[in-house]
Amino acid sequence: MRPVAAEVEDPRQRVRGGERESFPPPGAGGDRLRSRVRSGRWRSNLRRSSGLYLLALPGVLFFLLFKYVPMWGVLIAFQNYSPYTGMLDSPWVGLDHFRRFFSNPDFLLLFRNTLGINLLSLIFFFPLPLLLSLLLNEVRHTAYKRLVQSVIYMPHFLSWVIIAGLTFLLFGKAEGLVNLLLEAAGRPKLDVLTNPDTFWLMITLQSMWKEAGWGTIIFLAAMAGADPQVYEAARMDGAGRFRQMWHVTLPAIRSVFVILLILRLGDIMDVGFEQIFLMYNGAVSHVAEVFDTYVYRTGIQQGEFSYSTAAGLFKSLVGLVLVLLANRAAKKFGEDGVF
Amino acid sequence: MKRRPGDIAFQTVNYTALGVLALVTFFPLYYVFIVSLTEPAEFLQKRIVLWPDTWSFQSYAYLLSTEAFPRSVANSAFLASVGTLCSLAVSSSLAYALSQRRMAGRRLLMGLILLTILFSPGVIPAYMLVRQLGLMGSLWALIIPSLASGWNVLLMKGFFDSLPAELSESAAIDGCGEVRTWLRIILPLSLPALAAFGLFHAVGYWNQFFSALLYLNDPKQWPIQVLLQNMLLSASTTDLGTPGEYVQAPPTEMLKMAAVMIATVPILLVYPFLQKHFAKGALVGSVKS
Repeated sequence: MRPVAAEVEDPRQRVRGGERESFPPPGAGGDRLRSRVRSGRWRSNLRRSSGLYLLALPGVLFFLLFKYVPMWGVLIAFQNYSPYTGMLDSPWVGLDHFRRFFSNPDFLLLFRNTLGINLLSLIFFFPLPLLLSLLLNEVRHTAYKRLVQSVIYMPHFLSWVIIAGLTFLLFGKAEGLVNLLLEAAGRPKLDVLTNPDTFWLMITLQSMWKEAGWGTIIFLAAMAGADPQVYEAARMDGAGRFRQMWHVTLPAIRSVFVILLILRLGDIMDVGFEQIFLMYNGAVSHVAEVFDTYVYRTGIQQGEFSYSTAAGLFKSLVGLVLVLLANRAAKKFGEDGVF
Repeated sequence: MKRRPGDIAFQTVNYTALGVLALVTFFPLYYVFIVSLTEPAEFLQKRIVLWPDTWSFQSYAYLLSTEAFPRSVANSAFLASVGTLCSLAVSSSLAYALSQRRMAGRRLLMGLILLTILFSPGVIPAYMLVRQLGLMGSLWALIIPSLASGWNVLLMKGFFDSLPAELSESAAIDGCGEVRTWLRIILPLSLPALAAFGLFHAVGYWNQFFSALLYLNDPKQWPIQVLLQNMLLSASTTDLGTPGEYVQAPPTEMLKMAAVMIATVPILLVYPFLQKHFAKGALVGSVKS
């Protein structure tokens, strides 16, 4: 992030940089004058925008209370917090909870599961919206394009409970449609719900079904922004469909792609809690436990507030560092980055 | 333009692939919809139904005659309507103020909001806060902590940025205060964007599951998603309470499908009306032109 200061141009710097005559004249008088002018401006700004502050107030209070107070609350990760003594009187224990977390065999398991699911999603799910929008962009019949879009956007609006429900109803061992059909065809039944070998794949496929269509919106918009004249010129130079795609369409969406990739990298420690929680069962527990479900289980269900806060804090920090690193890397390669 | 044979082949493959994809996306919902409307006896006999011989509303009638089901729908409807209005009020007023260049300190506020997007302290501190505020066991615990998100406020600010600055300036010259300008001039002009953001909020509230899991213990307060999860996982429908006297229980599979439909239908109903707005809403401010 760029520093917020330097909004008002400082005349002193202009003087130092250029070889012009100094303005305002050097001496205390000039300084006092300037500061008076500035604070007067600040005050009148404040008065003039008091109505705006009134409008912003509820939102600002909301962010302070529900986003910043919890940031202070992470301090319990360094305490032995007990709800009875409260945060102020709970004893400080330094990094004990972090040490316990990292030396717990669960930690490696969580790390493996989280990374495994995310890697699968990065390979199969992440590029899918791009591919889909390339295909959709080539459709010339507007009505057909609209129809396909309306249908594939839809699952984005369904809750994970409904997605899980649909998965049970379609793939359930006894009554699922797929297994009824397989049975009718005399084939062995599929077991996707309690099979640890295919659990990660099922999670990835669910995400693809739910969000791939929605992901095309942003790419299609970026493609619509590509200059038609460039396509024209490419055609004149004899470029076919694929060469146009390669040399015109793809460059037009490159920066959007990079931004999405950066944001995705920041989420690499996240696997949606609800999705995993709903598909979780005893048979798959060793491949299904991820950071978010672990924090819920140890924190909310077993009441180990400090320990689970430490686990959650570790996760958030890794995500933050990854976004910052990816953003810096993007800038190094000449892209805009997110901020 | 001349059509080359390669292009025609590509288009054929392309149209087919997209068609198959749309079918794969649509089919699960279609199947659940059809089975939920099948005569229970027919379902029990055939098990695989893609188009029923006899239609029947029995599953729906059963669900609606129980105590718990209509109550959970009402809870979710309350969350979605009240929550959406409150969210729109809080986030659009903040976003509008942030979009006005004359507001002193707006950069600082934007930075503070951006930080909340980058770093989240996690579930436990948020849970403790809600507990300390005494919101546990209240439906407001599902509304107040999720009134606004950094993303939404920044997206909305992007939208207000695109309105001409002369609008609020001329309103100020005519003696309109900031709040009045916002209420009377800006909001009416922003109805399409508000509809889009409203839809996102409404869907969010209607689909809320995790926070209900965290903050509500009394089954009477359950929103539809929690009830649905209980129905789908426990496979029993006894939690639903006593059904009406004259309604016979259809097979649990059918009840599940009907329940899935009831939780989906409100979204599918608003969808066509708002579709032309939501793509725009999702994009506002996110693509630099």
